[in-house]
Order: sequence, then C-alpha cells, then structure tokens
Amino acid sequence: MKLELIVLAVIVVFVTVFAFVSSTGNHEWGGSDDQSEGVIADLTGGTYQPWFHSVWEPPSSEIESLLFALQAAIGSIIIGYFLGYYRAMAKMKAAKATEETKG
Amino acid sequence: MHIMEGFLPHPWWEIWFALSLPVVAYGVYRMNLIIKERRDTLPLLAVSGAFIFVLSSLKMPSVTGSCSHPTGTGMGAILFGPWITSVLSMIVLIYQALFLAHGGLTTLGANTFSMGIAGPLVGYLVYKASMKSGLNLYIAVFLAAMLADCATYLVTALQLALAFPAAFGGVLTSFKAFLAIFAITQVPLAVVEGAITALMFKYFIQLRGDVLVKLNVASAKVIEKLREASL
Repeated sequence: MKLELIVLAVIVVFVTVFAFVSSTGNHEWGGSDDQSEGVIADLTGGTYQPWFHSVWEPPSSEIESLLFALQAAIGSIIIGYFLGYYRAMAKMKAAKATEETKG
Repeated sequence: MHIMEGFLPHPWWEIWFALSLPVVAYGVYRMNLIIKERRDTLPLLAVSGAFIFVLSSLKMPSVTGSCSHPTGTGMGAILFGPWITSVLSMIVLIYQALFLAHGGLTTLGANTFSMGIAGPLVGYLVYKASMKSGLNLYIAVFLAAMLADCATYLVTALQLALAFPAAFGGVLTSFKAFLAIFAITQVPLAVVEGAITALMFKYFIQLRGDVLVKLNVASAKVIEKLREASL
C-alpha cells in the first residue's frame, strides 16, 4: 500500500495547491494551448491568420465536454477490462496451484 | 501541447509531417510484428493506448491559474518503445482533431512529433538510463513519465518559436515567450502523471511480471524482488 499512499499524497498536494491558488486570486483557468494563440498574435503584431479551420467543431462547450468524457471513458473501460482480466487469471492460476498441491 | 488547426504556416507544417510520418510508419510495422508474434503482450498494448486516451483528455488546473493536460505517453514508451508509442499518440491526436477541434489536421505532424515522438523518446532513454544506474524501478518509471511529459511541451514551444520568430531576438525570444505559458503550468501535471504511471507499473508487476520481462522492461530478478517487497 506504500506506493498508493505516496500517489494519494501527490494528488492531495495537487488539489490543495489548486484550492489555494483559486481562492487567492482571479484566474481564468483557460487552456494553455489556447494561450499560445495570444502569444502568436503578440509576436506577429496580430497579423497572423490561421490558414485552415477545424473541419468540425463541437457546437457547444457542453458537447465538447461530452466528447472529452467519452474519450476518458473509452480509455478507462479498456484499462479496467484488461487489469481485471489479468487479476482473474492470476487468481485462477493460484487456486489451481493450491488445488494441485492438496490433491 | 496541441498546436491549433491552421496555426503552423508553410513550410513548418510540412516539415513536421515529413519528420513524423516515417516514424509512425515504422511504428505501424513494429506494432504489426508485436500483434502477430507477441500476442501475450497485446493487453498491455491496449492499456498503453487507453492510458494516453484517458490522461490526454484530462485538462487539469495548475499553479498558474490555467489548465493543461498530461500526455500519458511515458507508459507506452517504457513498455513498447517510442516507435509504437508514436502510433498510439497519433490515434488520440486524430480523435481530438476531428471531434474536439483540439489540435488539428494540418498541425497533426507537429503534434505527433512533440507528443508521440520527442516525449516518448526522452521517456524511453531516461528509463533505460535510470535502470542501468540501478535506480528503483518505480522511481525510474516516475522520472521517465514525468520527463516525457515535460519534453513534449518543450518541443511544442520550440515548434511554435521556429514558426513565429520574434522581430527582435528571433527564435530564442519567442521560445521563451511560448515556454512561459507551458513550463510552470506543466511541471505539477507532469509530477502527477509520473506518480500515476509508477502506480500502474506496480499492478503490471504484480499481475504480469512475466510479460514485462519478455518486453525487456526489467530482468526477471528485478521483477521478483519487487514482487516480494510489494511496495
């Protein structure tokens, strides 16, 4: 359990820092990817125009968060499925081994 | 680290495609070999891809008052190497470009290079070097995943700086400007990513240490020792 506790501690620190930062000032919590757009505008004096636009954009931020959640859900299902599969296999193997030593 | 659609001018978007595509193509070839010949490693391949899916969808708030996301590529890099991880990353980047307007098709080459090639390569090398120097496996995994994450954002800043050199001071000045967005924001996320990746390796070792030995991630002796210690 030691490693789990260390990871938990790291996450607690992370959340605490977030709580502290968000309570001590006004922050937009915007994406750092989008901020680079501002820097590009600064560097080029606002002359740069993107020459290609996304083929499709989520019509609202609700739908965007749906698709982000879907992405996370697909990944989580796969991870959970295979770790569960491995776990059951290991258990079955162990049960078989004890049965053989008994019999 | 996503450079947005249309935000890399000619010739840079072509250059990054030219650098990324051969790597991804060779990665596909390596992946096919594994799928055919090492079927017992397939669950870990699926988990590595899924891990990138999950982590790169989590936009987390950081100390700077802005949000960014981890990459999740360290795990794949350690298990399967940078070639195959470049393919896994590109799949995620295509999903995000098509359905989320996050990143883009014209910037896919550049984003694949930073997230799928540069990051995993750094992670892979850090892992191998750490293991050679006798570090604990979990610490090696932590360092590899953390630095893979950081390297990705460094490369993104460099890509943007090369495409948009400042009028005064050139590439170096713009590199600093872009790095200022990512650097401090990303470090706490990279630490969290490193810690979670290390924890995943604990479960891999407990459940299928034998596959890790086959993938040359660690020697049978090291795995056995970690199992007994069960940290």
